[in-house]
Amino acid sequence: MKKKLTVGKAFLYGILIVYAVITVIPFLWALSSSFKNLDEIVSGTINFIPKQFTFNNYKVIFVQQELFPRWLFNSVFIATSVTLLNMIFNSMAGYALARLQFPGKRTIFVIVLAVLMIPMQVTMIPNYLILKSLGWLNSYQGMIIPTMINATFIFMMRQFFVNFPKELEEAAELDGLSKIGTFFRIVLPLAKPALAAQAIFVFMGSWNDFMRPLIILSSPELFTLPIGLNTFKGQYISYWNYIMAASMVFTLPILLIYTFFSRYFIKGVSFSGGK
Amino acid sequence: MKNSLLKRTVRESMQGYLFLMPALFVLVVFLVGPIFYAIFLSFHKVQLLGTTSFDFVAFKNYINIFDDLRAKIALLNTAKYVLIVVPCQTLLALVLAATLNAGMKGEKFFRIVYFLPTLTSSAVLTLIFMWMYNQNGLINKVLDFVGLPTYNWINDPEIALYAIMAMNIWSTAPFFMVIYLAALQNIPESLYEAAELDGANAIQKFLYVTVPQLRPVTSFVVIMGLVGTFQLFDQSYIFSAGSGGPNNSTLTVVLLIYQYAFKNMGTMGYAAALAFALAVIILIATLIQRKFSKEESLY
Repeated sequence: MKKKLTVGKAFLYGILIVYAVITVIPFLWALSSSFKNLDEIVSGTINFIPKQFTFNNYKVIFVQQELFPRWLFNSVFIATSVTLLNMIFNSMAGYALARLQFPGKRTIFVIVLAVLMIPMQVTMIPNYLILKSLGWLNSYQGMIIPTMINATFIFMMRQFFVNFPKELEEAAELDGLSKIGTFFRIVLPLAKPALAAQAIFVFMGSWNDFMRPLIILSSPELFTLPIGLNTFKGQYISYWNYIMAASMVFTLPILLIYTFFSRYFIKGVSFSGGK
Repeated sequence: MKNSLLKRTVRESMQGYLFLMPALFVLVVFLVGPIFYAIFLSFHKVQLLGTTSFDFVAFKNYINIFDDLRAKIALLNTAKYVLIVVPCQTLLALVLAATLNAGMKGEKFFRIVYFLPTLTSSAVLTLIFMWMYNQNGLINKVLDFVGLPTYNWINDPEIALYAIMAMNIWSTAPFFMVIYLAALQNIPESLYEAAELDGANAIQKFLYVTVPQLRPVTSFVVIMGLVGTFQLFDQSYIFSAGSGGPNNSTLTVVLLIYQYAFKNMGTMGYAAALAFALAVIILIATLIQRKFSKEESLY
């Protein structure tokens, strides 16, 4: 009986390890290719440790493609702005829907829920025309303003504030703090876990977004990394060493963020899944 | 007294609207407004050259969908993609989660590793896989090494869509695994103990306790999977450099909508009609799924 159990366990570990290897190999392969020179790439040998280890690819992509740092900046700037705005505005909206009394509250809540169901392809074409008439095509604001709130996270913040202890706000009110003061000084600092979870997902969503920048941005100086990367691939079609180096540069920031905030990630996923 | 109460109510309403202002602005201008605008567009022929012009064509855009061969191909490709990817990724996610949850050491380590693809952008993942799918790339070399046939993954019309499927199952299953993991931790231990008393083995416990208990979550995962897979775009676009090729084999509905809206001239209204058709298809698929799983208490 005991022996059978260990055999079962070994089998389960087998599954876990095999799948971990399957998960990691593409990344290791990309990483190793990014340190190989072109001869080795073309030769098509499958060695994970480069025969001639070189940093040259990273140098080349930053020197030859002078827009590469610019794309990095654009991505960081847009994703950070979108994240900060989302954190503030989604929380404010969620708080109003959870705590404040005003006419039309139910209707607005229903609209927020309804918007969740609409696939973005439906609103994408009108969005393009609206941004065009605002003169916001090919601009930072065209990327940032339409995505500065997110219905999913308004809903999530509302659920969070509904369960938030009322006593704190009542005490703050007795101390003569206004609703706005209470929200920014008392409530928001206590909502950190929920804020962190939404921040990570909003940042990732914006950072990785492909379709919106593809449609809205047309001048290469304004490209974000996914679009830049795609253009780059078009230019250096068989220079896989460069393409992989560029891909690695692009992946690193997200991995860093993840290592710092991994517990909020899991929380965030369980939140969106646990409803 | 009554006056001050009224004043307070008014003030609270003002504050409510103030708090909602940014959200309402975006909701109205970029989400709800565009839905009505899209309805309008779908009944018009839109010309973007010079000043934008709209000619009313009634249901012509919708009728045209039925005569459009590429729309048919795109729908078939998308349907094939959904029908294969959703069950595979759901099953894989469930198996991985249940395995991880079986009191294994290093659970945290595996969880972090498995989550890597979820973090990485679709653009990067697609490029990495294109490099591996290369004619003399890693995957063909490995297949050759173990004596299996090799394929022209990217340029063979028979294969290209399957190459994208494999990549996306690999990259989305871990996300759903985390959702399953959270749910697994909520299954009461007593159910397993009862099953054990009845003499159930590990596999029976999985089939008769775990799977039924996870049903609401499975329904959620499948719906999210349906919505996500029907909207396949990034990977197809990068794989085929925007064309949906080779020979339309990676053309998806969303890629087709993109092409009609932003690449071809004068077909923006038709693209809007296609987008609505897609929204309806997604809605119907979701409803069928719900009916199927008979799980109304989920939300």
